[in-house]
Amino acid sequence: MEQILNLIINGFATGMLIFLLAAGLTLIFGLMDVLNFSHGAFFAWGAYVGVWFFSLSGSFLASLIAAMIAGLLLGALTERFIIKPVYGNHTQQILITLGLMLVLSEMLKVFWGPNQLQAKTPDLLTGSWLLGDVIIIKYRVFIIFTGLLVFTIVQLILKKTRIGLIVRAGVMNQEMVQSLGINIKRIFLYVFMVGSAMAALGGALLGPYSGVIYAEMGMEFAILAFIVVVIGGLGSFSGSMLASIIVGLTGSFMAFFVPELSLAANMLIMLVVLMLKPEGLFQR
Amino acid sequence: MENLLEVNNIHTYIGQYHILQGVSFTARKGEVTVLLGRNGAGKTTTLRSIMGLNPPRTGTITFKGENIQGMETFQIANRGIGYVPENQGLFSGLTVEENLKVAMKKQDDRTQKKLETVLRLFPDLKKYWKKESGHLSGGQKQMLSIARSYLNDNELLLIDEPSKGLAPIIVEKVMNFIDEMKEETTIVLVEQNFFMASSIGNRFSIIDDGKTVASGSMKDLIGDEFMKRKYLGIA
Ligand SMILES: Nc1ncnc2c1ncn2[C@@H]1O[C@H](COP(=O)(O)OP(=O)(O)O)[C@@H](O)[C@H]1O
Ligand SMILES: [Mg+2]
Repeated sequence: MEQILNLIINGFATGMLIFLLAAGLTLIFGLMDVLNFSHGAFFAWGAYVGVWFFSLSGSFLASLIAAMIAGLLLGALTERFIIKPVYGNHTQQILITLGLMLVLSEMLKVFWGPNQLQAKTPDLLTGSWLLGDVIIIKYRVFIIFTGLLVFTIVQLILKKTRIGLIVRAGVMNQEMVQSLGINIKRIFLYVFMVGSAMAALGGALLGPYSGVIYAEMGMEFAILAFIVVVIGGLGSFSGSMLASIIVGLTGSFMAFFVPELSLAANMLIMLVVLMLKPEGLFQR
Repeated sequence: MENLLEVNNIHTYIGQYHILQGVSFTARKGEVTVLLGRNGAGKTTTLRSIMGLNPPRTGTITFKGENIQGMETFQIANRGIGYVPENQGLFSGLTVEENLKVAMKKQDDRTQKKLETVLRLFPDLKKYWKKESGHLSGGQKQMLSIARSYLNDNELLLIDEPSKGLAPIIVEKVMNFIDEMKEETTIVLVEQNFFMASSIGNRFSIIDDGKTVASGSMKDLIGDEFMKRKYLGIA
């Protein structure tokens, strides 16, 4: 029983990290119609900046903020110089963002060396609570809490602000938003920046969770995030949250019972969704 | 009368297809100019070219004396051109209210007044205020789309086949609204229904195979059996 509960907490925590990556991906996909294969690199950059800034400042909170700022900056530069010239051309987008991902990953090694780095957990979040017989690891609860907080904030922006309304409208009909006199390219920039910052935050949160970080870590999570985008439905923000939890839980349970099939199980879910409801489980 | 919009010999390509091969017409201030022509003639592409959604490769488009060819769609719209596309272009997952709100850039008295006018003319929109626009009936969707284009301070409206697929009684409602709007706005209307077109339009322009083949006053066209047969398929 404790085991099951722990697998659930584990699944939720992993799910939140996947969500932080997938949320930006799905919005960028849905709104801007851009296939961004470099998204995982922002995740890895967030992890490195987080570890680096934590050792520098001693403040974990500051390291998370630093990671997000790095994400915002990387996102802004990427959108302006890499993505903007290839709007509307999927082939070029795939090639150029795959290239960018490699470059960004290699740059991590240039700055921080080719070996993996240790990531410390802040003292406040180290250890666990004992709930009866059940050991609950504090840091995992923290990840879940942070993921839900980010989800709530972005959801509020999407539902309650004018810019959120424009983003939602743009996902449904980009041309019409422009025809109503709105400069959607500027909105693209914001969405890309916020998406990148969320990915970077996810990476920074993953560090202490897994204990080590390395340049390719973004790739592994990016695969899960792409699965989430398909299951949740292109451009569906809340769909990406629900799908992330499904993928996180599936991964967590499979890793415990049949570890060899952990990724395969999620691929299978994606395949079934593609066959039965190709627009995504949570899309109207 | 002053020309609000001048489209001069535009050529538009979609992919490698040369779709518009010389479209020219003018829309005079305060008038309704109807674009006529068979299915596939290039009427929709003409409106999309004006909006910058399919920018022409050559030719010029001037609005209020300013060359708008080559501008971005949002800039063209902000010059004062509203667009009601063929398929209504609604944000189908958004409510009626939200669809209108996207268009309302200002929250001033004037916009508020316009909103009141719209809701008075189309009480259905008020009734289904919180309903997802994708769930409206065809007529309600058309009204919402037209209403949305009317909320901004547009001097020119481009309306693409508003009667398409609607029951006659609904068409009448839609046309009444367009009739009301033409008091304050210049309109370029694409309309296949010649009876509607001729009753509402001041001037016409016929596009055939991507080229303008005739333009003039609607009165003249009504009596011209030859033109009607040749280009519009009306016996
Ligand atoms: N996206 C497109 N790709 C290729 N051809 C197109 C596209 N859109 C329109 N066309 C072609 O352009 C021509 C004009 O279309 P359109 O402007 O929609 O005509 P109309 O509105 O007068 O019926 C048609 O022959 C149509 O097949
Ligand atoms: Mg058409």
